[in-house]
Amino acid sequence: MVDFGGWDMPVQYPAGTIEEHLRTRTRSGLFDVSHMGEIDVRGSDAIPFVNRITSNDVTKLVDGQAQYSALTTPIGTVIDDLLVYRLAADHLLLVVNAGTTDKDWEWISSKKSNESVQLQNVSADYCQLALQGPDALPILQQLTDLKLADIKYYHFTHGVVDGVESIVSRTGYTGEDGFEVYAAPDKAVQLWKKMLDAGKFGSETGVLPCGLAARNTLRLEASMALYEHEIDETTTLLEANLGWITKLDKGNFIGREALAKQKEAGIKKKLVGFEVTERGIARDNQDVILDGETIGRVTSGSPAPYLKKNIGFAYVPIEFSTVGQEIKIDVRGRLVGAQIVKTPFYKRAR
Amino acid sequence: MANVPEDLHYSKDHEWVRVEGDQAIIGITDFAQNSLGDVVYVELPKAGEEFAANESFGSVESVKAVSEVFTPVAGEVVKINESLGDEPEKVNSDPYGEGWMIRVRMSNSGEVDSMLTAAEYEDFTKAESE
Repeated sequence: MVDFGGWDMPVQYPAGTIEEHLRTRTRSGLFDVSHMGEIDVRGSDAIPFVNRITSNDVTKLVDGQAQYSALTTPIGTVIDDLLVYRLAADHLLLVVNAGTTDKDWEWISSKKSNESVQLQNVSADYCQLALQGPDALPILQQLTDLKLADIKYYHFTHGVVDGVESIVSRTGYTGEDGFEVYAAPDKAVQLWKKMLDAGKFGSETGVLPCGLAARNTLRLEASMALYEHEIDETTTLLEANLGWITKLDKGNFIGREALAKQKEAGIKKKLVGFEVTERGIARDNQDVILDGETIGRVTSGSPAPYLKKNIGFAYVPIEFSTVGQEIKIDVRGRLVGAQIVKTPFYKRAR
Repeated sequence: MANVPEDLHYSKDHEWVRVEGDQAIIGITDFAQNSLGDVVYVELPKAGEEFAANESFGSVESVKAVSEVFTPVAGEVVKINESLGDEPEKVNSDPYGEGWMIRVRMSNSGEVDSMLTAAEYEDFTKAESE
């Protein structure tokens, strides 16, 4: 068990990280992600308010739709990445990272002006279980009358799961199909056990409970950013390859001006994916070396259990950011060869 | 319960030593491999390199973490377990056998006497996991 944003969480369950990772890719994995924070935004100005503090376009959402977005600073860097759920035209739910929930809450609260918005930190009102992988749908379907197949990717619905009022969202952080179920925290154990039972935990192809380590390797293979690694208050959305959630034309939002300027001038550094081409494993915070000079830093580096490669993300100067560029990673004093590759590293067949 | 063979010497860094004449075979314990999880990479020195007692001679990596490994005895590496290059998982499946790491010609074979016995190591790991 490790401390994670103030939560006591398992790095891995007895099956081990590799097995958990592979099972999620091929069958299903269950993650207790109750640590995630939730902030409730209500009122007639809920949409314009959130649209002003996040980078993606909240006005594009319909009821029952979720959106990946970012809370931005005035210089276009990232306070946090988040999911914005539209429950109704006057009701949004922001799902944020555990370690940043308090910071986000203060930031969001401080941005409220005379808009008609009520904010509430409801993190303690929800548990969250993520059932991920190709078998996630048939497993969860055993516990609910909701027609899960009708929930589109990045959409959600209210409903009853095993007798428990829940929000069932077709989202995840693994690169697989799957669902995230939000419910009252005192129902977490019941839902956890029922999902394991329905998923035949214990059988060779059954669901496996997965820890933080597998959550990290799965998201890394799927090339999803992790806060304080790929994104933080020192890197802008454009540098982090998050131009796709940066809607400069949607109207004003915090950081828009800086991001528009940066887009016009061109970014100087960029987040790239790399594959280690020699023996060795790149790890977080190691230096990227080119011709003896440190040119960048690894933000996440790890073995990729499904791809069976050693991969990572790093920030490098834009002139050395093209696919095919050879670089070296300083692995505890040993220079190990790597090559910039296209991302995502892994994309599931649909 | 972790397996702790009677005939080996143990360190508090979770290495084991098997003495064969003036040579020592070194690896990591069952307790250590279990705490690390799936070993995906083992970095070993070259034959001929010399190490002082308790010096780091390489590293063992799981998906999540890198752990250094230390030689409890001083000496010159006479052989390394090359097969761990392709099959690092042997450290998990057979930590006291095929998962051995290096063979050292000890410069002071008395050093093993200050290491833990199997019983002492078992007590030590119990205390550590509590």
